[in-house]
Amino acid sequence: MQYDPEQEPYVALRTKALESLLIEKGLITPEAVDAQISRYEQDIGPLRGAQIVARAWRDPDFKERLLQDGAKALAEFDVPSSAPLVVVENTPDEHNIVVCTLCSCYPWYVLGLPPTWYKDFAYRSRAVIEPRAVLRDFGLELDESVTIRVWDSSADQRYMVLPECPEGVAHLTEDELAALITRDAMIGVAKVQAPAQSVAAN
Amino acid sequence: MNGVHDMGGMHGFGPVVREENEPLFHAEWEARVRAMQGATVGRFFNLDEFRYGIEQMDPAHYLRSSYFERWLATIEYNLVQKGVVTSAELDARTELLRQQPDADLPAPGSVESPWRTAESFPRPDLPDLTPRFAAGDAVVTRNQHPIGHTRLPRYARGKRGVIHLVHGPEVFADTNAHGLGPNPQIVYSVRFDARELWGDAADPGGTLNIDLWESYLEPAPG
Repeated sequence: MQYDPEQEPYVALRTKALESLLIEKGLITPEAVDAQISRYEQDIGPLRGAQIVARAWRDPDFKERLLQDGAKALAEFDVPSSAPLVVVENTPDEHNIVVCTLCSCYPWYVLGLPPTWYKDFAYRSRAVIEPRAVLRDFGLELDESVTIRVWDSSADQRYMVLPECPEGVAHLTEDELAALITRDAMIGVAKVQAPAQSVAAN
Repeated sequence: MNGVHDMGGMHGFGPVVREENEPLFHAEWEARVRAMQGATVGRFFNLDEFRYGIEQMDPAHYLRSSYFERWLATIEYNLVQKGVVTSAELDARTELLRQQPDADLPAPGSVESPWRTAESFPRPDLPDLTPRFAAGDAVVTRNQHPIGHTRLPRYARGKRGVIHLVHGPEVFADTNAHGLGPNPQIVYSVRFDARELWGDAADPGGTLNIDLWESYLEPAPG
């Protein structure tokens, strides 16, 4: 079943109608709505998560604190956490993947707005029953020996995956490392790839 | 409730399709719905009521709707429930804008208390509670099918698992969604074997962790 784009003109109208009523009643201002939207566009994104992962790769003490209590460790990055954060670590033997089957709970404050696929019915329905096949949809083929651990976030906790650090990145700065780390890797549907030249150097 | 939103394990939705270079929003109205959610949740209704409002959608409507359409539906549902707007005035305003997209609208009302723009929702002070279970305890989830809001997915009812993490007290979604109070309980991350949930076709050794409130759980019999 797919969403019906023919509903869209009506939904856009309905949105405008609702906003205009809330403005008329003095409950919101258009400026405040605009300001909120520009915050999403400018301030929030998976970069925060990537910086946290890069730090964890470089600083074993920070990594330990992060795995112990994610939200507390975030304070070191001046990230205002709005929910407890559990960080789960991928290793050569274990691969973690995060989903919310009931709605679409997502660690907004470290990864920004969720991608559409994360909110879609295919991912929400299948990630729990056939995670290996879902990972194949993303082009990630894991060895049969790798244990897959699925996290269905159903309460206040939000989950982020600490991906494996690729080989051949010892020469990179923390910022350069962060630039390699994708949102998908921190949800658990991708691995972090070393930059092409590093691979060649190996 | 056993609604269409409870999708874990369902078949038939096809492959996961990932959009390259996806924009933050696909249309202006999506961004405005997102912002209006921030302006209304925690002010007129709570996050559990917000989720329950989505579950109240007609199942066929739910399945035809995009994510932000479902958000619009529950914001509308909750604002009507709380008497902030009426369906009649919303219908009338929608019709007016359909006929006259540039219609003169009534002047903005004076804003007495500007809404907060913080990302975080205010969290109530929660009492210290003594957990009934400890990490490593074997538990079984209750086989229960409440008609109201619940966070125990259908696929995990009546299943055996092990307490993996003791998260601590949280507001109980099942009552908080219905105006029946926060009734905090300890929440646990419970680990299930994939085969306990899905049978022999599942990966041996695969696991699922689900965050579950204490009243969803019983000690596993011997």
